[in-house]
Amino acid sequence: MSELVEINNLTKFYEKKKLALDHMNLTIPRGKIIGLLGPNGSGKTTLIKLINGLLVPTEGVILVNGFRPGPESKAWVSYLPERTYFQGSMKVKELIDLFADFYQDFRPERAREMLANLRISEEDRLKTLSKGTKEKVQLIMVMSRQAQLYILDEPIAGVDPAARDYILRTIISNYSEEATVLISTHLITDIEQVLDEVIFIRDGRVVLQDTVEHIRESRGKSVDGFFREVFAC
Amino acid sequence: MAWNLDSDRPIYAQILEVMQLRIIAGQYRPGERIPSVRELASEAGVNPNTMQKALAELEKEGLVMAQRTSGRIVTEDMEMIRATRNQLAKEQIQEFIDKMEKLGFNKKEIVTLLEQMEDKE
Repeated sequence: MSELVEINNLTKFYEKKKLALDHMNLTIPRGKIIGLLGPNGSGKTTLIKLINGLLVPTEGVILVNGFRPGPESKAWVSYLPERTYFQGSMKVKELIDLFADFYQDFRPERAREMLANLRISEEDRLKTLSKGTKEKVQLIMVMSRQAQLYILDEPIAGVDPAARDYILRTIISNYSEEATVLISTHLITDIEQVLDEVIFIRDGRVVLQDTVEHIRESRGKSVDGFFREVFAC
Repeated sequence: MAWNLDSDRPIYAQILEVMQLRIIAGQYRPGERIPSVRELASEAGVNPNTMQKALAELEKEGLVMAQRTSGRIVTEDMEMIRATRNQLAKEQIQEFIDKMEKLGFNKKEIVTLLEQMEDKE
């Protein structure tokens, strides 16, 4: 079986002048929880959008399961964007129906269970929810699919610490052993215990790809501590 | 026993310590099935692969045994549990002695201090 994601020589210019990704090479294996870490403007979201087929590479190739991003890969990839895109007038239960229509691998009963655990009513309209609650709803939708790759762009930034713990436990207990979860964040301390591997990127290039345990063993410090050292301003 | 994991040491080693303590303290009794990798990973908030690695090490040490029907049970070899307990005690004492030596005490002074503390109790 091919690697889950293979990226070769990937380059992205915005408007022919702003270089966001610079000949990036990267392999994302199956069955791992991976942190995509980098300072602001390092290219994290650009990379994620390219994997999801929302942007077109200027140069280079991305293969997801051997396919270029497109309709096939969208069936395998469950993506949580940085910003919510739901229509505010929708009720939570209508959102569940929408996801069930769109994605064959969506499990409504799983979503309902998580919503109940977080005491979110299915009758509520999205626009009446707080920012954090909206983020929780969105993450629940994304994690209720049985995808091969989950891409979560800043999933925990806006939620309180207790909900953050719940979300991380949800990620741990929900993903299947063959699936990979790619989490982009700069809140490293909160998530590093959950990660197998981290990818550090800067200026559109991969600076380091290593396991959390190896970083802790070889550097004698947390990934967060190491990140601060590598990206010291 | 909670999972208070330090930030700067390998997570797998710390999980191993918590699991050893739970077995020694009888939270998991001899012959009893321990929770699954996924349950433990979720409880500790750690990566399932890391938990798996720690449990495999626990198995290698002989404190737990894999069951044919999947899952792991705690050893019924009391001698082994006792030996692990002694081993952990030695490590604790060594750590204590190292710290005391940094404070400038030699072994004899440490023993004297310990006895004085006992008398006061």
